[in-house]
Amino acid sequence: MSRPSRFRRPELVHQLAAELRREITRPWTLMEICGGQTHAILRHGLDQLLPEQLELIHGPGCPVCITAEAAIDRAQELAGRPEVILCSYGDMLRVPGSSARTLLDVRAAGGDVRIVTSPSDVLAIAQAHPARTVVFFAVGFETTAPATALLAHQALGLGLGNLALLVCHGRVPPAMEAILAAPECRVQGFLAAGHVCTVMGVEEYRPIAQRHGVPIVVTGFEPVDLLEGLLQGVRQLERGESRVFNAYPRASQDAGNGAARALMERVFTPVDQHWRGLGVLSGSGLQLRPPYDALDVERHFGASMFGASMARSAAGNGSAPGEPANPCISGRVLQGLARPSDCPAFGGHCTPERPLGAPMVSAEGACAAYHRYRA
Amino acid sequence: MDSFACPLPPAGDAMVLLGHGGGGSLSQRLIDQLLVPAFGPADGVLHDAAVLPAEAGPLAFTTDSYVVRPLFFPGGDIGSLAVFGTVNDLAMVGASAIALSLSLILEEGLPMHLLQQVLASIRIAAQRCGVPVVTGDTKVVERGKGDGIYINTAGIGRVDHGMQIGPKAVRSGDAILVSGDLGRHGVAILAARQELGFRTELHSDLAPLQEPVRALLAADLELHCLRDLTRGGLASALHEISRGAGLGVLVRENAIPIAPEVDAACELLGLDPLAMANEGRFVLFLPAHQADRALAVLQRFQPSAASIGCVRGEAVLLETSLGLQRRLELGRGESLPRIC
Repeated sequence: MSRPSRFRRPELVHQLAAELRREITRPWTLMEICGGQTHAILRHGLDQLLPEQLELIHGPGCPVCITAEAAIDRAQELAGRPEVILCSYGDMLRVPGSSARTLLDVRAAGGDVRIVTSPSDVLAIAQAHPARTVVFFAVGFETTAPATALLAHQALGLGLGNLALLVCHGRVPPAMEAILAAPECRVQGFLAAGHVCTVMGVEEYRPIAQRHGVPIVVTGFEPVDLLEGLLQGVRQLERGESRVFNAYPRASQDAGNGAARALMERVFTPVDQHWRGLGVLSGSGLQLRPPYDALDVERHFGASMFGASMARSAAGNGSAPGEPANPCISGRVLQGLARPSDCPAFGGHCTPERPLGAPMVSAEGACAAYHRYRA
Repeated sequence: MDSFACPLPPAGDAMVLLGHGGGGSLSQRLIDQLLVPAFGPADGVLHDAAVLPAEAGPLAFTTDSYVVRPLFFPGGDIGSLAVFGTVNDLAMVGASAIALSLSLILEEGLPMHLLQQVLASIRIAAQRCGVPVVTGDTKVVERGKGDGIYINTAGIGRVDHGMQIGPKAVRSGDAILVSGDLGRHGVAILAARQELGFRTELHSDLAPLQEPVRALLAADLELHCLRDLTRGGLASALHEISRGAGLGVLVRENAIPIAPEVDAACELLGLDPLAMANEGRFVLFLPAHQADRALAVLQRFQPSAASIGCVRGEAVLLETSLGLQRRLELGRGESLPRIC
């Protein structure tokens, strides 16, 4: 491998881990919100360096994992239409909807499903295929939402008539509130996702820290960042503090990215949204505001076409009538109430190749991380 | 009477038509004008099968199909890939290729000059490996039913050593070496498809592996297992060999050679360089006391060749750059860039 950056330097990592072990005096439970952090912790083996008293609970910050089945069903329905080119980010293609089917299956059956790495690719595809309808299945948190907002803004400016948006963006703070409000909650502090804060800043987190008395540490994704975040979190807990602390100042500023936030506010407004495993969370999603709502798939295709799939996915949790019940415990995993390895299906009936739930699919899902990296 | 015959497009400047695979005059013309000049036989007289001289001793036999998109990529094309890929499969049992078959499945509408380029590339690649293309076939499918060209090659190789090279020969304590830095082909192909979202100067590592393997054999090394690292990369190869051997491996992240451009591209897209495809790299298992000698041989061909770990225990483990051990994950089939 190439020379490790200073954020992966072994001596720094071991020094921070030693500090953490020295300072912790009691058992504490922290949640890393973002699935990217969960994966980085397991990929680098950082979990092996942590003191026994420190328990990490893996948070719901995996956009693929929390996207509602109904939305995936909609995407599949659209992708199956001959006039549609459906674009989305890679891992969304593997997640089963209310049936066991995925967008990859739809593609194999002839649907035009394309992987994009940026919404600007979607704009180019829409311009290159004026006779087709290009649908962007927009998922992700406040990290990817500004790029969707930019796409909407550009599409409207260009008068692009063949682009429609299936918006399933999530907002992180309402999910943190929901986790803390759950009666079984054991979370005593959070590592907030550094890249979300790069866009949104930290102001939204202060009322949560105050109201619930939990420290919230804005944390990056490299080994040194993660240990620094954990150390700052444990320090506050040991002292009985509950502040928002930015341990990722090289990428996140308190005010966030003003231009990105302004664009998001111009294009989107918060809406109640269903999170897979967590239920409907108040204000946790984003919907297009006028005039950008002209791009919404419902406006584009008419709301009625989705009737059947919405009813179907409202009925069950991955199991059609007559099928054996899905033993997947992803809801509890996403709330931090269970570990992936607690699931009876983990590694047996449920693997990344044949997933029963989204956390086993996604590059950021906790189940996939355990399956891949745990010896 | 010639003036009343249906005009045939000259092979040099037209495109492939369904008739080129139909067995009639167009087929004949394709064979006479493109295939025989490229591959023989010297007297131009074709027959249903090639007859090869028999020799004492074991033979190796392998086949592979090539469906790469795009047909031409930085560092190679589907033609050179179809030759080197099959020659490399033979090399992995220590065999030298003595004959190749070449089966072309062409899509109607393929520009004839592209076919000519691919055939020229096949000829040059086969010459470089010193192996003749002795038999072949051409079919044409309707437009839209193929990606321009699909190629199947099969190869026969001579085995001149007495070793049983393969996973079963792997022993606990064996050293594990790679013949060069990893992941270039996978990243180069993604870049050539413009799926990376950024440009790179990276070239595929596509190369014949016969020479380094011959050099290892000539150095009298006890080769336990060789595996070319194609789809699935090092991660898949280590898992397969481990399963076949019934033994675990431990490789050190710091020791595995990855070019900075490959590392950066994978890091940005959330892809695992250890699961990225290669087309000119292999992994070698041999007794630990021979590792230094083997490494010196490999580095004559690729200075980035490295000793990366050893055979031990039962699990396939990676020692991370922090000195911690975790399971080495298998690639997931299709490389999908991550979301955020």
